[in-house]
Amino acid sequence: MVRAATAGAARDALAALMLRAEVARKAFGGRAVIAGLHFEMAAGEIVALTGPSGCGKSTLLRIVAGLDHDFAGAVAWTAPPPRIAVAFQEPRLLPWRSVRENLLLANASDATAEAMLTALGLASETDMPADRLSLGMARRVALARALAVAPDLLLLDEPFASLDGVAAARARALLLNTWAARPFAVLLVTHDLYEAAALADRILLLSACPARVVRDVNVPADMRRQDGAATAAFAAALS
Amino acid sequence: MATELDGGARTRLLSLLALLAAWEVAARIAGSRLLPPASTVFAALARETASGALPANLGITLLRIAAAFALSMVLGTALGVAMGRLPRLDRVLDVWLTGLLNLPALVLTVLIYVWFGLSEFSAILAVTLNKLPTTAVTLRQGARALDPGLLEMARVFRFPRGRVLRHVVLPQLAPYLFAAARSGLALIWKVVLVVELLGRSNGVGFQIEVYFQLFDVTDILAYTIAFSAVVQAVEWCVLQPLERRVMRWRR
Repeated sequence: MVRAATAGAARDALAALMLRAEVARKAFGGRAVIAGLHFEMAAGEIVALTGPSGCGKSTLLRIVAGLDHDFAGAVAWTAPPPRIAVAFQEPRLLPWRSVRENLLLANASDATAEAMLTALGLASETDMPADRLSLGMARRVALARALAVAPDLLLLDEPFASLDGVAAARARALLLNTWAARPFAVLLVTHDLYEAAALADRILLLSACPARVVRDVNVPADMRRQDGAATAAFAAALS
Repeated sequence: MATELDGGARTRLLSLLALLAAWEVAARIAGSRLLPPASTVFAALARETASGALPANLGITLLRIAAAFALSMVLGTALGVAMGRLPRLDRVLDVWLTGLLNLPALVLTVLIYVWFGLSEFSAILAVTLNKLPTTAVTLRQGARALDPGLLEMARVFRFPRGRVLRHVVLPQLAPYLFAAARSGLALIWKVVLVVELLGRSNGVGFQIEVYFQLFDVTDILAYTIAFSAVVQAVEWCVLQPLERRVMRWRR
């Protein structure tokens, strides 16, 4: 069901360019972490960013999110800047508010919040202070918050790390189902090539420090958003 | 747990009664006008209360405390948070703050009376300025410790300004606000008496000066006990329950 809905929706959405990012140089204290990196994204497109760890991927997400302006280059939007949601590497929940309040304060509607939390297996935790959640649960709440605000662009920083197998599968399914119902652009940082191949339309492979795009790989249309041997073989061929 | 607390309270009560008994016995043995026994002091307390003099003076002093407390908390918090968030402002104002912090209460009070006259305004200004720098320093610490990750999150999800303040910033500043409030009350209720003694013709501080000139230790102690009891009651019945309520998410 997911597949049937996605194929058509993705094609329509791919028509419109959403974002052109150009990072000529980004340095921390003289040490360049990004140099000569540029990429484009279409509305509704899922793009995976992958590459050696500790080099520029999270920084690039922060630049796209508008949280870091201290770099040479520009992030240009083709339309008015979209509604952005981020699932940071740390959950960044308000510990003194309940799980539900954390979603509502971020401008999610009550019904959507409830639905997202239930889909991630957090139905019985909605009224608990966010402070009392385990890290895995907190990360799921952060993902639910990002999805529940109905973003035009979703930035995900290793969203499935530190989740166990079942929780990670559930989170992936929720991401794809939400996307299928109303496609939005996703920029996903992951170090897992298989995960990248199983979720994304396109994979950007980054170099070692300073990061730039070494390869821009389209995931073949008949292989998109599937789990299986073919995806695994495709991912293995990339590394 | 409950019995433990009761035990603590019982011990404290017994200790207080023992102190009163020791005072009573010692004063009776000494038999001096300069060390009246507890019973005499409490009788004076009852008499002054019945005559209305003590409630009136206590009331005016408490009003001064309330005004100076509110002003110093609001202004000190604004100044402290601004300095904590804006490093340039902090560099400019840091010396001023240190200077004010180290100025003795007596000097500050005398100068303000000299410059602004012996008025109610001067009295409240003097108490406020004595408290303001410690509030600002405490809140500056709190503002510096604000979690940048949560502020970024609020920016990404487009929290309106009021929501950031109420749900992101205030909960993080709450422990600092309570620390400032408690140390503030402890400082203000001592400073206010000096300020009243120097330049007001009513209030607990003024009364104590009058009784000092008469060497009337009984009434000095009666006013002191009433005043301390009220201030301690504010700490126990207002500040502590409020702090427990606000901090309850922490368990």
